[in-house]
Amino acid sequence: MKILVCISHVPDTTSKINFTEGDTKFDTNGVQFVINPNDEFGLTRAMWFKEKQGASVTVVNVGGPETEPTLRKALAIGADEAIRVNTEAIDGFAVAKQLAKVIEDGAYDLVIAGRESIDYNGGMVPGMIAGLTNANFVNNCISLEVEGTNVTATREIDGGKETVTTALPLVIGGQKGLVEESDLRIPNMRGIMMARKKPLQVLEPIATETETTSVKFEKPAPKGAVTLVAPDNLDELVNLLHNEAKVI
Amino acid sequence: MINSQNLEALNIIIRMKPDLFEAPDYYNLDELLTEEHRLVRDAAREWVKRDVSPIIEEYAQKAEFPTQIVKGLAEIGAFGPYIPVEYGGAGLDQISYGLIMQEIERGDSGVRSTASVQSSLVMYPIWKYGNEEQRNKYLPKLASGEWIGSFGLTEPDHGSNPGGMVTNFKDMGDHYLLNGAKMWISNAPFCNVAVVWAKNEEGRIHGLVVERGMEGFTTPETHNKWSLRASATGELIFDNVKVPKENLLPNKSGLGAPLGCLDSARFGIAWGAIGAAMDCYDTALRYSKERLQFGKPIGQFQLQQKKLAEMITEITKAQLLAWRLGVMRENGTATSAQISMAKRNNVDMALKIARDARQMLGGMGISGEYSIMRHMMNLESVVTYEGTHDIHLLITGLDVTGLNAFK
Repeated sequence: MKILVCISHVPDTTSKINFTEGDTKFDTNGVQFVINPNDEFGLTRAMWFKEKQGASVTVVNVGGPETEPTLRKALAIGADEAIRVNTEAIDGFAVAKQLAKVIEDGAYDLVIAGRESIDYNGGMVPGMIAGLTNANFVNNCISLEVEGTNVTATREIDGGKETVTTALPLVIGGQKGLVEESDLRIPNMRGIMMARKKPLQVLEPIATETETTSVKFEKPAPKGAVTLVAPDNLDELVNLLHNEAKVI
Repeated sequence: MINSQNLEALNIIIRMKPDLFEAPDYYNLDELLTEEHRLVRDAAREWVKRDVSPIIEEYAQKAEFPTQIVKGLAEIGAFGPYIPVEYGGAGLDQISYGLIMQEIERGDSGVRSTASVQSSLVMYPIWKYGNEEQRNKYLPKLASGEWIGSFGLTEPDHGSNPGGMVTNFKDMGDHYLLNGAKMWISNAPFCNVAVVWAKNEEGRIHGLVVERGMEGFTTPETHNKWSLRASATGELIFDNVKVPKENLLPNKSGLGAPLGCLDSARFGIAWGAIGAAMDCYDTALRYSKERLQFGKPIGQFQLQQKKLAEMITEITKAQLLAWRLGVMRENGTATSAQISMAKRNNVDMALKIARDARQMLGGMGISGEYSIMRHMMNLESVVTYEGTHDIHLLITGLDVTGLNAFK
C-alpha cells in the first residue's frame, strides 16, 4: 500500500497572532512552526501501517523552502520520503490542485490529510483532493483499518460515531482518534540520522488559478472590563444596558 | 515534613500541571543553528516535557534516580552524541551535544549529570584513549544505555588537586592490583563500568576500566544530599581489585588525560546551565504576569522587572558564549581556559537567576510545585563539581597573567 500523508506547516498553538501588510498577511516573525496536529495523528497512524503492513509512506507539503524542517521532522519520525511542491499555499483550491497532481503521478492508494489545518482552519483540502482524484472520502476520521483494498473507517458525527466500509483508493480527513496523543512520536536520534539520507524532492508547481484572496484579517475584540451592579440597583443596570452597552 | 501522604498529594498536583515552558531566544540565536541542530534540540525538548517534567519532582523529593528514563535518554542521543556511528554514537557535532545537555538540564541538572558523565567522562576517554577492542566492547552498550558508566577521579582528600591522588595500581605480571577510593561519583551506585584514574608504581596517572563484579570493587551510595537528589552519587572503593591488563586505556596517560575528559564535560555543563536558567526565568516571567499584588501583576513593579530584564540579558550573553565555544570546539581550537570561562560564567549566571527567580515567586518559590528551588539546589553542586567556581577563576587568572596561583 502506498500512503501519502499531507503535512501542513502551521504555527505552534502557543504562538502570538499578529498581522502585517495592512492586516492582509499573517506575521511569521518569531513564530515557531510545527506539523499540523491533525496531520500528526494521521502520520502516526501511517507509521503503524508501515510497521505492521509494510506500507510505504510519503509526506507532502505545498509551500516554500521554510517548510522543509517540518518535512524533515516527518522523515525523522519515520516517513520514507518527502515531496515539497514549491509554491506558496494561498488558498484551499490551489493547494488541492497541486496535491491532486502529486497523488495522480504517484498513484497513491491511501491519502491521509488532517481534517483541517489549525492555521486558517479552511477544512477544504481533503474533500477537494478526493473530488479531483475520484477517490472515496471519509472526513473527521477517528479510526482506520485496511485489509487488502477493503477499508473500515469510523468518523465522528454530531453526538456519536459512524462506522463505514469503503475501498481504496481513499482520502481521509483525519483527526485525534486515529491515534491518541500518547501515541505521537518524538523523533529519536536514529530517526534523525536516517532522515539525513532520505529523499526530499522539490517539485515545481503546476499552473493553477487562485479562486479566493484574503482581503483582511481581524483579531477578536479585546475583552472589556466588567462592571458590577448591586442587585437592588435595577435602574442602573437598565441604564447601562441601554446607554452604554446599547443592547436594549 | 514530607510524609508519604502529602508527598503523594504533591505528586498528583505536579503530574497534572502541564509543563508550559517556552524557551527564550532574545537575539534570534536559532538563526545560528542548522536545521538539524533545531531538530535535535526540539526532540530533546519534547522528550523532557513528556517524560521528565511530570516525574522529576517526585524523584528529587524521594532522592531516587528515575531509572525508567535511561532508555529515553539513549533514544534522544544523550549518551555520546558526538561519538562516531560505528561505535553506536550519533556522529553529531559539538553544538548538538551542547543543545541536548541544555534541554536535559532544563528538566533537571541531576539527569543532565548522568548524561554528561556517560558521554564525556566514560565514553569520551574510551573513544579517545582506548584501543579498538575497548571501543567495540564498551561504547555500543554505553550509547544504548544498556550499561551505565561512572568516572573516578576525585578522592576524599583530593578534590581541586586531583594530581595528589593516592589511588594506585601495581603490575602483578598477568594483571594490575588496584587499591584506593573515589568520592562524589555520579552514577556510582548503579554503574556497570567505571573509568578510574590511578597512579602506577612510578606515580604516573593512567585510566583503567573497572567492571562491576570484579572482586573487591564496591560502590556505596552517598545519602542525605540537598542537591542533585534525582541523581545517584556514591563512592568507588577498590580493595585489592584484580584488573585485567587489557582494561588499561593505552593511548594517553598523565593528568592531561582526565583533564581532557573534563574539558568535554565542562563544555556540556556550560550549555546545560543555560537550560536550568531558562526554566527559572520562564517560570518567573509567567508567574510575574499572573500573580496580583496591590491590584496589579507583580511584573508591573520595577524591582521585578529589573530581575527579569537582568535574567534575560544574562541568559542571552551565556547563549552567545556557549554557541561561540561550540564553534571553536568543533574546529578543535577551543582551549581548556576558554572552556573554564564558559563553565564558570554560565553556572554562576544560572545560580543567580535561580535565586532571583525563587524570590520572585515568594513563598511558592520554595514549594515543589515549581521547579526553581530544585534547580537552585542542584546548581550548588554544578558550581562545585568539574572544577569549582574559584578554581576556574584561577585558571583564567593563570591564562591571562602567565602566573600560577596553584603553586
